[in-house]
Amino acid sequence: MNKQKKKGISYAKWGYIFILPFFIAYISFTLIPQLMTFYNSLFENYRNGLTQIGPNFVGLQNFVKLFTPDKSGTIGMLKYFGNTMVLWLMGAVPQVLVALLLAVFFTSYRLNIKGQQFFKTVIYMPNLIMASAFSMLFFTLFSPVGPVNQVLLSSGMVDKAIDFLGMKISVRVLISLMNFLMWFGNTTILLMAGIQGIDQSMFEAAEIDGATSLQVFMKVTLPLLAPILVYTIITAMIGGLQMFDVPQVLTNGKGTPNRASMTMVMYLNNFLQTSKNYGMAGAVSVVLFIVSAVLSLFVYNTLSKQYKK
Amino acid sequence: MNNSENVKGRVHMIVARTVVYIILIFLAILCLFSFYMLIINSTRSNAQLQGGFAILPREHFLDNLKNAWNDASINIPRGMLNSFFIAACSAILTTYFSALTAYGIHVYNFKLKKPAFLFIMAVMMIPPQVSAVGFIQLMYKLKLTNNYIPLILPSIAAPVVFFYMKQYLESVLPLEMVEAARIDGSGEFRIFNQIVLPIMKPAIAVQMIFSFVSSWNNYFIPALLLDKAEMKTVPIMIAQLRSADYSKFDMGKVYMFILLAILPVLIVYIFLSKSIIKGVTAGSVKG
Repeated sequence: MNKQKKKGISYAKWGYIFILPFFIAYISFTLIPQLMTFYNSLFENYRNGLTQIGPNFVGLQNFVKLFTPDKSGTIGMLKYFGNTMVLWLMGAVPQVLVALLLAVFFTSYRLNIKGQQFFKTVIYMPNLIMASAFSMLFFTLFSPVGPVNQVLLSSGMVDKAIDFLGMKISVRVLISLMNFLMWFGNTTILLMAGIQGIDQSMFEAAEIDGATSLQVFMKVTLPLLAPILVYTIITAMIGGLQMFDVPQVLTNGKGTPNRASMTMVMYLNNFLQTSKNYGMAGAVSVVLFIVSAVLSLFVYNTLSKQYKK
Repeated sequence: MNNSENVKGRVHMIVARTVVYIILIFLAILCLFSFYMLIINSTRSNAQLQGGFAILPREHFLDNLKNAWNDASINIPRGMLNSFFIAACSAILTTYFSALTAYGIHVYNFKLKKPAFLFIMAVMMIPPQVSAVGFIQLMYKLKLTNNYIPLILPSIAAPVVFFYMKQYLESVLPLEMVEAARIDGSGEFRIFNQIVLPIMKPAIAVQMIFSFVSSWNNYFIPALLLDKAEMKTVPIMIAQLRSADYSKFDMGKVYMFILLAILPVLIVYIFLSKSIIKGVTAGSVKG
């Protein structure tokens, strides 16, 4: 069977015909735009009011501008990259830890958790919810006139409404809380599949040797799960780099307060929305591309290893 | 002595299990709380909403629905129709062409088979946002803004869905079946459409749901391309709601807008959660 699979059927022409639509669509809607993006990053090209500036070739000036400190001494790109990573980490660390814990709970036959389907259904649900609507919901709940403040005020816990959206820490906590809620269920399900893929006899052997649950986890589950765990973290990181909808809607695109919750893609979006600044937006995209390409390389290795049969 | 150790072990287990259930229930409540509040608040009038949280629904659901549905500035029924159209078309194109591509690479032998496969794998993780600048520029040049073509046609090339379909084909499609169909005189497209596609139904159904949902929720690119009121999709309207002066709003209506935005996906999920959750893992790496 396997040998036959390798031999295949020699209808070569059909192979090309079948994969053609994919490649036409990919080249015209992704590859060409990708190259145009890189090309744009070398030009000054934006709109100032009604006047169109450029396109003029400026070499790497856009990148220089991106990494030059402004009047306040902050470097735009690094600040937004930092914001993105901080926001991602604040959500991803609890996300992975909780998911790991839940995955162990769900797969432990000793614990034998009832109602697994129900719990999985509930914790996965936020992953499918429209991120912008979820963020709008949090905004209404936590706005100065929202129910959270009303409860705090009427119970006398505070005497003035808390401006959750005006403080760096609370905005960041809200964004990471949403990201956590949206992604920990997904991670749990992935890690569960990873644990279930571990040879059961390993667990049985450890048990016969009298290992405690903690020992089994540290000495058997964790080392064998490591590749999948790393894969999950890297893909989550690539997802984190794209963080946009939640902070964009929560802060109305401003990254309040003082741009402390402005992510890289929000920064990119700002250039496109306000001044059609294809040059600077292109430069931001190139940086984003390089970072995600480095991370992707890792995922690519994991996946292609699986295919080296 | 053996007996007492047994009892100790059992007590230990009961404690552990209780702790685990408490953690699970806490997380479940954390996940459900905001959505429960959304549903409750969509049944309360603006005046009732000034009183903070409430546990039980009130009687203004239909009023809020009527107000939101007939709002002059945010045409939510139109937005839902637009989003539905785009999402349904994308879901059909994504699944059909991903299956076609996966089949092409799985079944046929040709010179560029391996490079083609490796290429798709290599670009799989590249975020769509990094080509957005060129994409937007190209669409402006082609005068395709306020048009659904740039939101639908690119879904033909979906590397992740392709990967899922490829794995599925490997596990379900014996090549003998294709050969047998050929001996019976079926053409290649006919084999794919009439024999292979039905076999792939479960994979197609799952991926259709996922691509429908991600298109329905998609905000970044549509917001850059659609500015005509009657072309806008739901996420754009939600963001519009955020940028308006919310303090003057009838909050019952605002909650209703949010509820309407997530309701279609929520309903699909309630009915199909089991197969959706199964689909989460099926396409990912195995150990």
